[in-house]
Parts: sequence; structure tokens; C-alpha cells
Amino acid sequence: CGRGPGGCRGGRTDMALRCAASLAAGRQPRGPRREGTVRWSSAAKASAVKINEKASREKILTLESMNPQVKAVEYAVRGPIVLKAGEIEKELRKGIKKPFTEVIKANIGDAHAMGQRPITFLRQVVALCTYPNLLDSPSFPEDAKKRARRILQGCGGNSLGSYTASQGINCIREDVASYIERRDGGVPADPDNIYLTTGASDGISAILKILISGGGKSRTGVMIPIPQYPLYSAAISELDAIQVNYYLDEENCWALNVNELRRALNEAKAYCNPKVLCIINPGNPTGQVQNRKCIEDVIHFAWEEKLFLLADEVYQDNVYSEGCQFHSFKKILYEMGPEYYNNVELASFHSTSKGYMGECGYRGGYMEVINLHPEIKGQLVKLLSVRLCPPVSGQAAMDIVVNPPVPGEESYAQFIKEKESVLNNLAKKAKLTEDMFNKIPGVQCNPLQGAMYAFPRIFIPSKAIEEAKAHKMAPDMFYCMKLLEETGICVVPGSGFGQREGTYHFRMTILPPVEKLKILLEKVKDFHIKFLEKYA
Amino acid sequence: QGVPKPFTEVIKANIGDAHAMGQKPITFLRQVTALCLCPELLKDPNLPKDAKERAERLLAVCGGHSAGAYTASPGIEMVREDVARYIQRRDGVPAKAQDIFLSTGASDAIMSILKLLVSGSGSSRTGVMIPIPQYPLYSAALAELDAVQVNYYLNEERCWALDVAELQRALTEGRQRCSPRVLCIINPGNPTGQVQSRQCIEEVIKFAYEQKLFLLADEVYQDNIYAEGSAFHSFKKVLMEMGPPYSEVVELASFHSISKGFMGECGLRGGYVEVVNMDPEVKAQLSKLVSVRLCPPVPGQMVLDIIMDPPKPGEPSYERFQAEKEAVLNALAEKARLTQEIFNRTPGIHCNPVQGAMYSFPRIDLPPRALAAAKEKNQAPDMFFCMRLLEETGICVVPGSGFGQREGTYHFRWVPTP
Repeated sequence: CGRGPGGCRGGRTDMALRCAASLAAGRQPRGPRREGTVRWSSAAKASAVKINEKASREKILTLESMNPQVKAVEYAVRGPIVLKAGEIEKELRKGIKKPFTEVIKANIGDAHAMGQRPITFLRQVVALCTYPNLLDSPSFPEDAKKRARRILQGCGGNSLGSYTASQGINCIREDVASYIERRDGGVPADPDNIYLTTGASDGISAILKILISGGGKSRTGVMIPIPQYPLYSAAISELDAIQVNYYLDEENCWALNVNELRRALNEAKAYCNPKVLCIINPGNPTGQVQNRKCIEDVIHFAWEEKLFLLADEVYQDNVYSEGCQFHSFKKILYEMGPEYYNNVELASFHSTSKGYMGECGYRGGYMEVINLHPEIKGQLVKLLSVRLCPPVSGQAAMDIVVNPPVPGEESYAQFIKEKESVLNNLAKKAKLTEDMFNKIPGVQCNPLQGAMYAFPRIFIPSKAIEEAKAHKMAPDMFYCMKLLEETGICVVPGSGFGQREGTYHFRMTILPPVEKLKILLEKVKDFHIKFLEKYA
Repeated sequence: QGVPKPFTEVIKANIGDAHAMGQKPITFLRQVTALCLCPELLKDPNLPKDAKERAERLLAVCGGHSAGAYTASPGIEMVREDVARYIQRRDGVPAKAQDIFLSTGASDAIMSILKLLVSGSGSSRTGVMIPIPQYPLYSAALAELDAVQVNYYLNEERCWALDVAELQRALTEGRQRCSPRVLCIINPGNPTGQVQSRQCIEEVIKFAYEQKLFLLADEVYQDNIYAEGSAFHSFKKVLMEMGPPYSEVVELASFHSISKGFMGECGLRGGYVEVVNMDPEVKAQLSKLVSVRLCPPVPGQMVLDIIMDPPKPGEPSYERFQAEKEAVLNALAEKARLTQEIFNRTPGIHCNPVQGAMYSFPRIDLPPRALAAAKEKNQAPDMFFCMRLLEETGICVVPGSGFGQREGTYHFRWVPTP
């Protein structure tokens, strides 16, 4: 800290800052050499050291030093546009005026948040398990109590609060196996192949974890549909696997074409070791329901090319279109005969979050994994054991999904009524949404055969594309941001799911109540028309 | 199957699962959760008014007023605020909801934080310092993430004390083969049960500051303190009380869980991490990472909320809540004392005081013939001992080799919850 013209000015802090600057610049501070020069007080020195340290001391964990794989992860469903929606909600609460009074979160497949009611029976059983004193209450039906007692008997100390076996409670896995057998027309299911999981995402992540290995050109490649549910790309990023895209055919109602699978596979062999093929059926975001022939073709392809099949079937209860039917990969595999059935390695996933239940918050799910090498099974269980067990309330919810009231039971009538009401409602909204989108000029929407989303294609004029570029945004992100800012409707741009180059889409859920949905669709229509005019 | 054994049941004294061993859940927690899951129960006259109020308060901040909706990915904001208030009351220093992430048990959050920290390759691969003996989530996570494990030994002669000299030795050694960036502390200790003194915590913090280490403080047993003269001091509190530069610089993540304490709600999978001095851009990355798995289980978030904001004097459920809580903690303390006493009366077994947590980790002297027999069977000597114990008495404990121990010493971890 040398003396500048006019001498050292300011207080200690000033002096300290200048000292720090000198130190940082590597200059030796000039000491008290001349008569009458300013000497540093020790306090100034101490402050200088502190500030210098703070200024030059970098954090241990920074964007640069952190795990690059985590940095690469993107998850559009709760990504930037949703963060923006959250900010707008905060502004609305503060009373800031907008062209709308509420933000509609049509970005995520969360039925209850959009007003769908839980299934009474399911909630009764889980409540009974949670607070077993209620077993003495006359307000609960006997069939609910029976199931609760059975679940509690499978719990340590008869409490939902005990850790369970890492694979999940035995009797629930047995119930899952029975469910699968009934669903698949008698095709046998072994409880030993069933793993309960913390939502389907947890199971998918675990299977991918054990599948990924190798380095450089022999790094595991994972084939995923484009468009996809971005859990897959996120998991692939996190695990540093290689993403291999295969395109669904938009012209043909998002059909899965084995020729396209072959193209993707052969191309990928040049830079990785493709070992895994992921299918989402019914599709997310695309909503198509694969027909039997298609599933057979895919299975044959996987058998031929030695690919481990992941079948994400969480929307198996959400099938709407006439002529469409859910066929599980497991069932088709079995029906194709022993050469396939004894060899193809297959993991199928289900969840409590979708269907008619919508129990997202419980984090319940299961996977059925067949033809796993016996030593690998041991490794899988070991991996799961580190996290102890899936949440027991989710396990209990899953039990009701696979072991619901049957004809003759007290709760059956109400259960069926509630279930059918939800599913009919969703089917109605699926058709409504498809029809309304297709009436909008510049929007084209494939039939919503299943799941709970519309993924319409939107025409974005070149002027808008340029403006998007200027804002450093993907064109459909730009579109969706404008939609959000002008109408309060939050959807997810197609770029978050993947799409063919030069095409643009967005994913909107069909979950808001019918009347609200109609209003939403009108608003989207008005917005789109204005958007086209503005950027004509 | 009816196969005759020298015993009629297997006692699973291997895992910290209180309910499985007969501990009762805290009534109030279960009442509120049941009310949230089945809001029809709000009309039930047998449920107390304060439980109903809590349930309504929680449901009001759930999507569609349902516990079945996804919550925000870091957890329900109101619950995070309640956690912040709890931490503030506990420590007397401020806490912010935005620094708190709810998780699927503490294990989930520990994994997430370690995930963020692991990078580099070869000799610059992240090294993570962990205590030996440790809770093997740490070694498992490091193996899964391909990070480098750097062991520091707790001092068995001095009641499993943490010595900074030993930290230094381990760090120096670790620097030869990796880039140590993280220091994990478990306090109260698992499996060792020691409760760190305030002075020790200060020394560890100073060490982390000087050596540029990110601190992970696993504090899930903070409610399980038994020994006279032992007290829980959170790393956060001590760090803040040490003032600048430490309080402004040291990066810290502290973990808690609903699985231990007096609650024992292992199966509901609830917990949280509080991050201190985390780079805001990294915090955004953490938010992004947890968003991929959507949210922690809602029932677990609700139970956590009640623990963070329990019944207060005057409220209808207060007395019962306090009585149940004290009964559990007193029973655990008594069992800790009894275990220690009986083990120390047994020739060939030496048990350090169980100051906290819920385990004893006695050292066992194994005679040379036992060592030879173990070798023949290709088993670690303490595994051999534990296998024989299981086969002859039905008692299942975990051999010390599963947690780590000094070469030539043998232990087992016993959970005194039955």
C-alpha cells in the first residue's frame, strides 16, 4: 500500500482494500521506509488478509469443480420454463397485474394437483396402515381393514415405520405377481422377479446403473425414443452412458418402426456399444399405444441384436382410443415362445403415479425383471440395499393398485365407480384436446391414444425463429415462454423431449377439469393465432 | 419349516430399526399423517383437534389439497420453513428455507451431495475422508460414484475420539493418490456411538478451513444422547459461533432423518440436508439434480414437519407426545448403559461407553485357534465369530469388518433395541 498523491486516504477498510489489491497483484506492499509515511495498523493488515482471502479464496465446490455429469443433466418437465412459471406465481401473489389471474401448470403429469380425487379405498387402506388404531373405527369398511392387517403383518413390529426388505414387502410382491398374471391372461409371474421401487424412476435408474460399463467406443449405448420422457436422457447424462436416439414416426401417429431402430443401432455401433433399448408404452409425451405386431417386432429385434429391453409401462391403465389396447411386453414375449421367453432380458416398470390413482406423492412403483443372470440379481439387490428400502406408504399404495376390491366385496361398487369416472373423464379430455388442437391453424395434433399428454406440432414462422435465436432460445422455448407470459399457461417445449430437426412441439397435460381445459385450449388457440399474425 | 435349532427365533440386532424391535410409533405423528392421507378423518371425534389443525395446514400447501400430488422437488416450502425454524431454535443461529432440501431419508441427500462433489480423474479424482469405523453407506456411495476413499481412524483407546493429527495424517497420505476435497463426520457416531465435544468440532472445522475440505456432518442421531456430560453441538452452530472467516467460508452440509431419534420412522423415508456457504450456482445444480426424481415421499415430509414443529405445552396432544418421546429416549439410554455394562463384565469383550446413537461396537479378543479356524473357512475372523453366534444363539449382529477397524482388531455392531 504505497502512498499515492495526497497520501493514504480513507479509513482502515480503504487501506485494507488497497493492501489486498497489492497483495493480489503480487506487489510487495511498500513498508514504512520514510519518515512520516503511513504505517499499517495491525488491524488493517488483518482486514487486508481477511478480505484478500475472501476475494482470492475460491469455493471448493463450484461449477468448474463439480461433477460434470451432473452439470450435463437436464430435466425439462421441471426445467427453466417451470422456474419462470414459479416466479410469475410469486408476482401474482404480490399483486402484480398480469393478463391472467392464475398460472396453470400443465407441464407435469400430476393429476391430484389438477383436481382429480384420490381413490377412496386406497386412502382408507393406507390410513389404516399408518394409524392402526383406526382398525377399531366403524367408519372403515372391513375389506379395507383386511388388506391393512395383511400389509402390517408383513412389516417389522407391525409398523409402517420399519425398514422393509430392500426388494419390498414379500406379500406385496406376491400380490404384484398375481396382478401381472391376471393382467396377462395367465402368463406366470414370479414374485422373486418383482422389485418394489420409489416410483418407477427409481427402478429405471437402478437398472440403467447396472447396465452401464465400458469406456470410449465400448461405452454402453442406450437407445431411447425421440420424443422421450426426459428421465431417460437425464439418467444417461448422470451415468455418463451414450444416448442413442431412435425417432418415432410423427406422420404415422408416432409409430415405432423397426427399420428406424436398425438405422439408429447400426449408426451407434461406430461410437459406442449399444446394449439397451428403452420403450415407453403407452408413450410419453406422444401418447401412442403400440399394437401387438409392433411389440413383437421390437422383441424380435432385441433378441436378434442382443439388447436388454426396458419397457416403461406406467400408463398401462391410460388407454383411450377405440381399437387400441395395452399389451405388456412380458405377455407378448411369453407368447412368442421359449426361444424368446427364455432369453430376452426384460425389465418392465409400473407406478402408482399415473393410471386412475394419480398417487404421485407416495412414490410407489415396481419393476418385473426377467431373465436376469442369477449373479446380476444378487448385484441388483445389493445395490438396492444401500438405500435400505422404498417408502412403505408407497409400497402399501402399490398393493391396493394390484389388489383392488373385487366383485362381492363391500367397497367394490364405489371403487369401480371412482376408477371408471377418472378414466372416462381422461378419455373425454383426450379426445377434446386432440379435436381442439387440430382446429387451430398451424397446429397439428396426433391422436391421444393413451397416457395423459398432448404433444401437438406447432408451426413457428421464420421471424419468430429469428427472434428466438436472438434471445438464445430454442424456437419452441421462445413460443412457450410467450404463451406463459401472455396466458399464464405453463407447458413444456418439445425441445425438452427431443423432436426431429426443424419441427417444433410442446407437451401439455390433459389433466385440468373439463371446463377449465376447454378454456385453456381456447386461450392457446387465441394465442397461437395472434402469434402467427405477429410474426407473419 | 420346523428345523430344530438351539433357539426358537432369530433376533435381528443388525440394523437400527426401532419399530421392528417393538418400539412404538409416536401417536401424534401417525394421527396427523393418517389425517393427511384420509381427510374424511377430520370428522372423526376420536382424533385430537391439534392433529386435525396440523393436517389441514399441511394439506393446504399440497397440490389439489392432496398428499398424492407431487410436491416441489426440494420439498414442500412450508415444511422447509419449519425445518429452518427448528434449526434456528436448536442452534440459536439463523437458518434459511432455501438452504434446506428435503430428501428420501438422509441417505438420499448424502448421495446427492457426494454426487455433486465427485470429479476429476487419476490423481486428481475427488478423495473423500471418512471415519473408520464408518456407517457403510459412505463406502458404498464412494464405490458407486468411483470416488477415492480416504480413511481416518477414530481412537478406540480414547472412546473413539477424533484426532486432528490423525486427520492430517490421512489427508497427507490421501494427497499422494487423489485430490481429497471432502471430510465426512458422523456425530453422534455410527457404529461407535461417541458424541463429539464442542472443542473437537471446532478443531475439525478449523482443519477443514485450513485444508480446504467440504464438510459433511451426518447428524441423524442428534436426538440420541445418553451419557452424562455429553451434549449435541451441531456443526452449523459451532461454525457460526466461530465467526469469520470460518463462518463465511467453510462449506458444510448437515444431515438429519426421521428414521432415528425418538421417532424411528425408518420406513417412511424422510430427512433433509442443510447446506451452508454453498455456491449459489451449485445450489441451482442441486435443485436441478433433485428435480429429476420429482420429489421426496410426501408422508415422510409430513412426519418431518411434525418433528420440526412438535406439540407445544397447552396443546391437547402435548403431554402424551412428551411422555411417549421421553419413554423411548429413556429406554434407549437404559439399554445403552446395560449393554455397555454387561459387555464390559464379559472376559474378552471391551465396550466403549455408548454416549449416543443406538449401537454398541464392542471389541472382541479372538484366541489364535479361532483365528485359524476363520482362516480355514476363508472368513474374516469377526465374521466367523458372528456366524457362530448366529448359528448357536440366533442373534444376528454385523461384524466389525463391515464398518472398518484397525488391523488386527475385531468388533461387532450390536443394536440394543430389543
